[in-house]
Amino acid sequence: MTAITAPSTTRIHVRRLPVWAPVLIAVVAAVAAVLLFKTGKLLGGGWVLTAVGAVLLFLIGLSIASGMVEGSRAARNRVATSLIYSAFVLALLPLVSVVFTLIDKGRGRLDGAFFNNSMRNITTFDAGGGAYHAIVGTLEQAGIATLITVPLGVAGAIYIVEYGRGRLANAIRFFVDVMTGIPSIVAGLFILAFWVLIVSPHLSSTGRPFYSGFAAALALAVLMLPTITRSTEEMLRLVPASLREGSYALGIPKWKTIMSIVVPTALPGIVTGVMLAVARAAGETAPVLLVAGGTPNRNPNPFQGNQESLSIYIYEQASLASKYGLPRAWTAALTLVALVLALTIAAKLLARRNKLNKG
Amino acid sequence: MAKRIEAVNVTAYYGSFKAIDSVNMVIEPKSVTALIGPSGCGKSTFLRSVNRMHEVIPGARVEGTLTIDNQDIYGKDVDVTAVRRLIGMVFQRPNPFPTMSIYDNVVAGLRLNGMRKKSLLDDACEKALRSANLWNEVHTRLNRPGAGLSGGQQQRLCIARAIAVQPQVVLMDEPCSALDPISTLAIEDLISELKNEYTIIIVTHNMQQAARVSDRTAFFSIDKTGDPGRLIEFDETAKIFTNPSVKKTEDYITGRFG
Repeated sequence: MTAITAPSTTRIHVRRLPVWAPVLIAVVAAVAAVLLFKTGKLLGGGWVLTAVGAVLLFLIGLSIASGMVEGSRAARNRVATSLIYSAFVLALLPLVSVVFTLIDKGRGRLDGAFFNNSMRNITTFDAGGGAYHAIVGTLEQAGIATLITVPLGVAGAIYIVEYGRGRLANAIRFFVDVMTGIPSIVAGLFILAFWVLIVSPHLSSTGRPFYSGFAAALALAVLMLPTITRSTEEMLRLVPASLREGSYALGIPKWKTIMSIVVPTALPGIVTGVMLAVARAAGETAPVLLVAGGTPNRNPNPFQGNQESLSIYIYEQASLASKYGLPRAWTAALTLVALVLALTIAAKLLARRNKLNKG
Repeated sequence: MAKRIEAVNVTAYYGSFKAIDSVNMVIEPKSVTALIGPSGCGKSTFLRSVNRMHEVIPGARVEGTLTIDNQDIYGKDVDVTAVRRLIGMVFQRPNPFPTMSIYDNVVAGLRLNGMRKKSLLDDACEKALRSANLWNEVHTRLNRPGAGLSGGQQQRLCIARAIAVQPQVVLMDEPCSALDPISTLAIEDLISELKNEYTIIIVTHNMQQAARVSDRTAFFSIDKTGDPGRLIEFDETAKIFTNPSVKKTEDYITGRFG
């Protein structure tokens, strides 16, 4: 006679692995992996293999131990949890590696000369030299591009979300999407063909076309505009309709509702989107190289003549046949990352301060 | 300062869907009118038609005539924002502006309509918060975020915000449905006080509430889903709840339907 019994669900106290058990299993797995792969030269050894082996051994050991003591559901839970943590560490690894490498190699030329000198009169055989001109160039180009794109991008997003109805708004949204995918070199070529070759001759006294930091800023603006519009659009859509209605019901006109209620509510998100766009633009090399040209000299005027940027500087120094080039490139890379990081933190703080409590 | 509202054959649409059909109603100044009826019967739609909030939804439109003291609310030369300043509104869920402090929330309507003088704003803020029975609870922390208050306090904050612009009429769309009984009582008391100065129209699913606070009650209903809502009966609250003249009203009130 077979009686089918439902699994008992009355028991809520179950046996659990002691807290030290996973730690013990981890240690045993690590030691076993080192003995097997590293010392035993199984499959050729190597640290990466050893680490992967240790993780696998840990997972197997944990699932067996947990399955024996706690039952299969708890075992599956533990394995899934461990896998998620492993995936997180795996995802973090490249980032940590990049930051570590940058700091390790970049600190070599992290000196006063680097931030106060340009590359003027620095030959292949000279130590010293710096990225002053490149830092100024990056700040000016990214700054001008931001000044152009933030008002346009935010206004465009406001149009799409708050005013746009029907075919025109759909078309604009579609083209913004398409523009998001434009390769940066195409944006550079566009500005080269349009601004440098067609417009700039009319601006120079000699009638010849010329490179400028402003042209680079325009190219960066082409790249930043869709990103900013898109992210702002998403943020504005997240603002609940009830806030808009609450404002309309007070007799507040639509444009004031948008400026005083909707945009401030979405501001932290908008700032994040802008900073992502700025970070991307600050790292662009190809379009800047095409329309600003690059120069070893200081040129603080973005509207006239060749200008350097940090990304061009990195490219030039890394490909320079000089033992002094590579350290400069690393330090410039570190500077670029630090610059973007500082700007992002500053923008976040500013957005948070605006959010509440002026009084 | 309260005003009389008159609706003649008001019909409202969402796109091609007819939400309410030919509603006729006269709402006297300084009275509380309750709108009751099953879900989807057009109470809120009618309420939102009164201060032209209905048309905020894309494709929504209103036909018929709505007047406030004989001025056509839907006239060609009417400034929508002026209508809404005259006819304030409190929503089902408290919606304080999250980026603003309590003080800024209350004076938002005044400030964003151009009042800049600090002393006037301070006075208006205190007056509105006192009217909303919230002053004692918040006057020491006016610069704290409005979203940090409890649900009941937030709803009273929204009422204070609505009456700070000194409207003539206050529309309330289920103002207590997200609140606990104590907050509900506080708001019902408030409605009885506000009646002295304002004309109030309140949508509610709570029939005891309608019986407690209103002078007159309108019962809306629909025949079936997809049909437009209609005004079935509109009369003194006492009569609606004790001796309704339409069978359907009686069925609804006694719980036999809806």
